[in-house]
Amino acid sequence: MYIVTHRRLFFSIIGAIFVIAIGSIAIFGLPLSIDFTGGSLVEVSYTGHRPDIDALSKSVNQLALGEVSVRESGDNGVMLRTRTLTPAEHEELLAQLGTEIASSTASSTVATASTTAAASMTASTTALGTFTELRFNSIGPSLGNELATKALYALIAVIIAIMLYIAWAFRRVSRPVSSWVYGGIVVVILFHDVLIPTGFYAILCHFTGSQVDSLFAVALLAILGYSVNDTIVIFDRVREHLHNNEHAKLVEPFEETVGKSVTETMGRSINTSLTVALALIALVVFGSAETRDFALVLLVGVIAGTYSSILLAAPLLIPLGKRFAKAGDGNKKKKK
Amino acid sequence: MNSRLARVISAVVVLAIACLLAYFVWATENPSSRYAVHLGLDLAGGTELIYKADTSKITSDKQGALNSLRDVIERRVNAFGVAEPVVELEKASSVAGNGEDRLLVDLPGVTDVKAAVDAIGKTPVLEFQLEKQEGTPSKIGTSTQLSFTPVFEPTGLTGQYLKSAELQFGNGQGGTSANEPIVVLHFNDQGAKLFEQITANNVGRQLAIFLDGKVISDPTIQEAIPGGNATITGKFTPQEARDLVENLNFGALPVPILLVSSDTVGPTLGDVAYHAGLIASLIGFALVSLFMILWYRLPGVIATIALTIYVFITISLIKTVPITLTASGIAGFILSIGLAVDANVLIFERMKEELKAGKGAQEAATIGFGRAWPAIRDGHLTMIISAIILFWVGTSLIKGFALVFGFGVITSLISAVFITRIFLQAILPEHGGRAWRFLLSSGFHTGTTDPNAPSIDH
Repeated sequence: MYIVTHRRLFFSIIGAIFVIAIGSIAIFGLPLSIDFTGGSLVEVSYTGHRPDIDALSKSVNQLALGEVSVRESGDNGVMLRTRTLTPAEHEELLAQLGTEIASSTASSTVATASTTAAASMTASTTALGTFTELRFNSIGPSLGNELATKALYALIAVIIAIMLYIAWAFRRVSRPVSSWVYGGIVVVILFHDVLIPTGFYAILCHFTGSQVDSLFAVALLAILGYSVNDTIVIFDRVREHLHNNEHAKLVEPFEETVGKSVTETMGRSINTSLTVALALIALVVFGSAETRDFALVLLVGVIAGTYSSILLAAPLLIPLGKRFAKAGDGNKKKKK
Repeated sequence: MNSRLARVISAVVVLAIACLLAYFVWATENPSSRYAVHLGLDLAGGTELIYKADTSKITSDKQGALNSLRDVIERRVNAFGVAEPVVELEKASSVAGNGEDRLLVDLPGVTDVKAAVDAIGKTPVLEFQLEKQEGTPSKIGTSTQLSFTPVFEPTGLTGQYLKSAELQFGNGQGGTSANEPIVVLHFNDQGAKLFEQITANNVGRQLAIFLDGKVISDPTIQEAIPGGNATITGKFTPQEARDLVENLNFGALPVPILLVSSDTVGPTLGDVAYHAGLIASLIGFALVSLFMILWYRLPGVIATIALTIYVFITISLIKTVPITLTASGIAGFILSIGLAVDANVLIFERMKEELKAGKGAQEAATIGFGRAWPAIRDGHLTMIISAIILFWVGTSLIKGFALVFGFGVITSLISAVFITRIFLQAILPEHGGRAWRFLLSSGFHTGTTDPNAPSIDH
């Protein structure tokens, strides 16, 4: 009962976290990756000495490739982001990276790597060390836009589909709150569960240089599908209690029914999230670098989904229940 | 008891099937096996190229033109020497507003983008153009060009209609000198008809053969040519003629293509990602199992067995469907391991409540499964809905995740609900004493009956 009685306190805490998330998105913004904007990404790894990033940046920006952003990646790698490169321009860029190793030695005997670097991903060797191209990804601008549109449509489609499903699944539960209120709350919870990890990602991007890519969109969509689970478990309990009470001709304040349902289901809500969180922690710590941000976003989403379902979803039924209470139920109380 | 025997038998049957699956997974681990896991380019290393097919000039039978485009590119890729290439046509989804036709080319193991693009893109575009009727001089070009260069107009006959090309040597008859190399073109039925029509209607005019926009031969039409064969005598050297035949056979592209995206992953990065994914899977599995056993005791052990079976079912599905495994697919798999025990947690918590209320072990299990089912069903359905939508709109990366995630959710429903139920019912006693109650309890409880049940106050 504790949670339901003190719901206003929890509403404010959740509200505060929510505001922080929105604030981070507003302040730091969400840098879009080439998946959405189009462009090229080149990641190379140096064995041995890595050239100075500033010098490298200056050197590659001399090429007629537009603005090239250069960033350290990992211990010995460099990540370059440019506009969409043709295969020939890509070769040119690699050649330039090769000369940079050579010139950074400040030695006259070193043969430049420009010709060997042109052999694309085969390592180009210089006297100082080699660099290997780890990946080259180039996306045309039209394709990028298309992906962004698709991701947006997918998010909306998932939200609508889930809301319809919940309203349908709870269609027999209409007293004292109509099944659409359950569906509506689920949508509110979904927005919350998506915005919290997005805010987290805005902060992460700001400090690590990650960008919003299609995997991030996947993570959000997976959170949508998953986080609603806990909410369903609690609503399911409310549904069951209401059903039983009706059979037993028992009159129980709605608030009490909701409070009982939250307490009874809390253990399982936490445990189900814990198993998923354990799997995700394994993915964050031991998984590939490519899916690390993805797993982190999911982890934050799962945590947000858990507390929002316990502290927000079911307690929200009470004020909304009062507001949307069906006429003739005899429990028309004053609006809060 | 008879029903008891039936329960034990079904548990044994499930175990036997699980062992068969485990054996299948183990036996097909060899990379040469027909059912070896097929790794995506991001794990195996390789290049994915996406081309836009410009179909704006194709008026009739667009699909046919696209299909022959795919065949030509496939031949070219095979000639490039790639193991297991994938060449697919894809329609950009109308969701995004434009119905572009795309060609996806996956080249496992290829990391030299430029060489690959060159090999695919070197396109001899073959076209037949007619000399323009007099009196319609072109407005393009200077006057000198106008007077010396014949102006041609397209006939609609292109490489699209070419069945094959062949190298022959002249025999000194029919306008050819002895041993002169001749390229003979064989058109398909449609092309043959078109060729006959063009030649019949334009006797006396020049019919130029363009290769990559250059005239390679411009014979004058003497008479209608039926049969669908045309010869090019372009004063070739034998080598030039041979190259031309090869290019035509391997390639006159029926539809022009434009590279819109390429993604290349080096073998090192892919290898690292793959092994990290495997290790993360194992550790994720171990963590989840450990938690389930420590917290839920005996049912936890059974859930772990069900989870193991779940893993084998999923891997078998990945191998037999087959689903191409990508880094995001592995992430989907690990996520589904955490999700797979969700249903078990719901069931066991419910069982525990019933046990506290003083029900016998078997009865508590039956009620637990029954009561937990609506929530399990609703939860899994919403996840399946999102997997379907992801798969529907996704790019190959997202599809990889959605497919593994979706299959995982469906499989976990089977393993967590049905398999766990069969095992639990096979080993649980009808009522059970203190020891059983302890084994079936969870967390910090010792399993004594709570007189104030069913409400729980921690």
